[in-house]
Amino acid sequence: MVNGSNAFKMTSKELKLKSVEYRKKILKYILQAKAGHTGGSLSATDILNVLYNDVLNVSPENFASPDRDRYVQSKGHCVEALFVVLADQGFFPEEELNTLCKYQSHYIGHPTRKVKGVEQNTGALGHGLPICVGTAIAAKLDNKAYRVFTLMGDGELPEGSNWEAALSAAHYKLDNLCAIIDKNSLQITAATSDVMNTDPLDEKWKAFGWAVKEVNGNDIEELRTAFNSLPFEKGKPSVIIAHTTKGKGVSFMENELKWHHGVPSKEQYEQAMEELDAERINLERLSN
Amino acid sequence: MPQLSDIVVQNEKETRGGFGEGIYEAGKRNPKVVALTADLAGSLKLGPFIKDFPERFVQVGIAEANMMGIAAGLTIGGYIPYTTTFANFSTGRVYDQIRQSIAYSHKNVKICASHAGLTLGEDGATHQILEDIGLMKMLPGMTVIVPCDFNQTKAATMAIADYEGPVYLRFGRPKWPNFTAEDGSDFVIGKAQLLAEGTDVSIFACGHLVWKAIEAARTLQAEGIAAEVINIHTIKPLDSEAIIASISKTGCAVTAEEHNVLGGLGDSVAQVAARNKPVPIEFVGTNDTFGESGKPADLLKKYGLDAPNIVAAAKKAIARK
Ligand SMILES: Cc1ncc(C[n+]2csc(CCOP(=O)(O)OP(=O)(O)O)c2C)c(N)n1
Repeated sequence: MVNGSNAFKMTSKELKLKSVEYRKKILKYILQAKAGHTGGSLSATDILNVLYNDVLNVSPENFASPDRDRYVQSKGHCVEALFVVLADQGFFPEEELNTLCKYQSHYIGHPTRKVKGVEQNTGALGHGLPICVGTAIAAKLDNKAYRVFTLMGDGELPEGSNWEAALSAAHYKLDNLCAIIDKNSLQITAATSDVMNTDPLDEKWKAFGWAVKEVNGNDIEELRTAFNSLPFEKGKPSVIIAHTTKGKGVSFMENELKWHHGVPSKEQYEQAMEELDAERINLERLSN
Repeated sequence: MPQLSDIVVQNEKETRGGFGEGIYEAGKRNPKVVALTADLAGSLKLGPFIKDFPERFVQVGIAEANMMGIAAGLTIGGYIPYTTTFANFSTGRVYDQIRQSIAYSHKNVKICASHAGLTLGEDGATHQILEDIGLMKMLPGMTVIVPCDFNQTKAATMAIADYEGPVYLRFGRPKWPNFTAEDGSDFVIGKAQLLAEGTDVSIFACGHLVWKAIEAARTLQAEGIAAEVINIHTIKPLDSEAIIASISKTGCAVTAEEHNVLGGLGDSVAQVAARNKPVPIEFVGTNDTFGESGKPADLLKKYGLDAPNIVAAAKKAIARK
């Protein structure tokens, strides 16, 4: 078992149902806030779901403990997915998300430590990985077993700071560090391969001294299997290249550039709910 | 002499839209103008430029430091690069690249920064830089321009193509009253713009807060106080003569900016006053704080950058004479 405190591990079916529920809530709060990063929150939903429900040893009860696992969201703009998951984990009452992005709310458009459960303020891209290298070094210095995770966008990879951090993580043999790349292949302006190509990504990370696994990042089982085999190689940092679909779960949002920070109309929202409810009903019919 | 009643709002437009039109015109007139962006072509309104001059558009991806280095290199090849991203990623994120590769060699790079200040809205503190004017004005040889509306941003964007040396051009996201000359004829780099004559207090403002200063002056006028409103769109080089002439007449001043009071326009004006004509000065700006999410109007109010704050500051300055 990865999460030592979790005696009631969810089944894959339960996790899949969670993803549907999370996606519905993400859209609900984006609609209410009239702002948000829709596509990237939906692509990352399954990753956050598996992390918080299956992998991370983090909970409201242990959040002050020096032994908790650490998660830093480098692609901070997808704060809606993070906030919905944190609320579900009990870090704060979900109703508070009714104030998302509103004047005087702590629930602003990027993660901030004013919100319980958030380790690090983020929003400027290219900051998460260096920070996690520091935290992973701290764990090693203290001989602690906690692990450090960061979620990055594929569009943010051209930031040089990431590659400086990648070098240092391998140099210090940080096998307590795991980077997840939400490779949805789109960013703001265009496809990532057109804006600034980073492929072949696996070879780059390998060349930088990391152990690499590629998964379908919208597949709960594949994600679980990958996370369960951390570290991929002793003495090396691990990176999961998670191939995802931007806007995952809502037909008209999938792979559409404009949903990077598109806000649904009431009608679009309703159609999305219909699609997600249909998915839920389908899942409920399946055996575990 | 210009009066408050002369100021007429033509429409409400985003200053970044003025940048988009300005860089298109600059690109049309001058084949050496190149536009660079770090994945924010849409936010900076580069569409028309990219459409008509695709070969002079360089997309660097989300890699602002690289963008500054590439821009410095383009000048060695004789080009006039305009870098475009949000103000925080145009300055703080890449300060060493700007300092070492651009300012120190006095490279002809135009650093064009949108979404400056508090008024960008929902994104919150990571995207709301309130320190950039200070960062940039401290660099030797850097020109710092903060236009007040759409027309002026367009004029400034075109003017800097013909102006040798590194420039920081700061503008914003929200729709804002557009009232300066449509043809930009009232804009000259380094020359303060007298918007309304007055005898009781000088209000020096830049960027979005120029409009707030006009609103404040109208309120003061109704109460019998004659405020002089001066748009300091060029913070560096500063038009010291205009500042000295105004405070010599009025005997006190208010500065107003969408920026930290530490390091911004207020500091620059205060230094001119202290050296030449010490008078009481009040400072309207943010007070050493980060921002938060919200609508522009709410944020300006909360952080004390609204017209009533300028009115109160003016009365305080007058009382201290
Ligand atoms: C340093 C920095 N530059 C620019 C931005 C503006 N920005 C926010 S999201 C984004 C695109 C991110 O693309 P990607 O990393 O692929 O994220 P995803 O597609 O998963 O949303 C950009 C350019 C930023 N937040 N930080």
